[in-house]
Amino acid sequence: MGDKSSVFDMIGPIMIGPSSSHTAGVVKIGRAAVGLLGSIPIKAEITFYNSFARTYEGHGSDRAIIAGLLNLKTDDEHIKTSFDAAKEKGLTYSFRSVGNASTFHPNTVSVKIWSKERQCTLVGESKGGGVINIAEVDEFKAGFSTSLVTLIIKAHDIKGSISFISNVISQDGGNIATMSVSRKGKNDLACQVFEMDSALKTTTIDYINSLDWVIETIYLPVID
Amino acid sequence: MAYLFETFKGWNAYCTKKNCSLAESVIEYEVSQKGSLETDIYQGIAKAYGVMKEAVETGFTQDMTSNSGMISNGAKKVYHYDKPVLSKEFQNLIARALSAKEVNSCMGRVVAAPTAGASGILPGVLYTLQELHKLTDKEVYDGMLVAAGIALIIAHTSSLAGAVGGCQAETGSAAAMAAGAIVYCLGGDNNQVFNAVGITIQCMLGLVCDPVAGLVEIPCVVRNASAAAIANSSAQIALAGLDAVIPADECVEAMAEVAESMETRYKETALGGLAATKTGKRISKRVLIQDIDILPDQD
Repeated sequence: MGDKSSVFDMIGPIMIGPSSSHTAGVVKIGRAAVGLLGSIPIKAEITFYNSFARTYEGHGSDRAIIAGLLNLKTDDEHIKTSFDAAKEKGLTYSFRSVGNASTFHPNTVSVKIWSKERQCTLVGESKGGGVINIAEVDEFKAGFSTSLVTLIIKAHDIKGSISFISNVISQDGGNIATMSVSRKGKNDLACQVFEMDSALKTTTIDYINSLDWVIETIYLPVID
Repeated sequence: MAYLFETFKGWNAYCTKKNCSLAESVIEYEVSQKGSLETDIYQGIAKAYGVMKEAVETGFTQDMTSNSGMISNGAKKVYHYDKPVLSKEFQNLIARALSAKEVNSCMGRVVAAPTAGASGILPGVLYTLQELHKLTDKEVYDGMLVAAGIALIIAHTSSLAGAVGGCQAETGSAAAMAAGAIVYCLGGDNNQVFNAVGITIQCMLGLVCDPVAGLVEIPCVVRNASAAAIANSSAQIALAGLDAVIPADECVEAMAEVAESMETRYKETALGGLAATKTGKRISKRVLIQDIDILPDQD
């Protein structure tokens, strides 16, 4: 997992209760999902796992994930009434509970969301104190915290792609804090996730996106 | 290279070597890790303290009734009750910790410190400490920075989440942060600060997270009050120079070890402890999700 925690992960976030694991962290996971999709979704299927499964309603995690999917911040007083806002904005949603996903972190939520153009999935872990880890993106292993800028590249699994991309990032002055790579199989689709200390230029992202073997790049700013 | 907050021993050694205060080393860490400016850090801390004090006031002035009805304006009653058990200050401490935590239970705005489940402890302790000892805001902010450093170390070695470590990880960590902050603000040296941390963890060790119906209400609200009291008792003990005997680092390791062996039902799942009592179950039935899928074994 990612980077060192901030002082403001320990004293903070300033948030709407009741639980930092169950509300603030969940709002952030929802916001990360919006970043991946590129817009506020029109439809969402949400599954709460393990510790979350039984208690999500009591803790307001259901209202929190919907608030996040509407891109509300963790200290927004409208989290309490996010279901009403979803209705206004045309977001339909459903919730499901799974009690025993033993390979998942105790506080895990998975999100499948649709916009008019595309669909994406994400598995997020709420680690306490509002700190999150995005464990999976579109069924690829990921592992980033959203406390740094994140670049996700889906590409064909070709030789030298990792060193090529990291070289491009360094040419733009980007310092890579963490990276993870996973693939569906040899010569199949691969996913590279980079966490960086500073933002990348749009031209750099466009360049990476223009490469033949790159299928898609997603750039996530820091989520607060 | 700034200090990375992995052990108390290391933190102390770093500050001694660099001849800097605990608070200064936390600032240094944040500057180097996050690229922040010192002024922004103090501004962020000031904002957090402002929200903490606001939460205390909100709990005393607005209606604090939770959806479940289990929380119903308790802090106000404690605050205005005419017979202090020990002193008016002690009564205020308890009432303020309750107050900020009730705001959290009722979906109001708080500072997670370190978590929302423990969001009443630092407000209750710091508000009362500042009032009693006429501390400047800057002194309180430095105390909060030290508290953050303490939490960083606990998070590194153990956990701050009830779902991972039980209540000891949440209210226990908050109490340890508060105790350290008190000793620091009252002029204790590094060892006294860390002794306060160790003693507090010794007092909070093993506490399970067993919220009735999974709501952050019972026993969370009253535990914020007791944790605030324990933070003060530990600070009193450590400030007088008593040794924790088991060093703070080992106390945190013990917390991690206890967390590891703690059964899932005591980790915020609302399946054990108070949540599993007759009354707890009756309340659960009313508010908990009953429709849960259980997957077939994965291996």
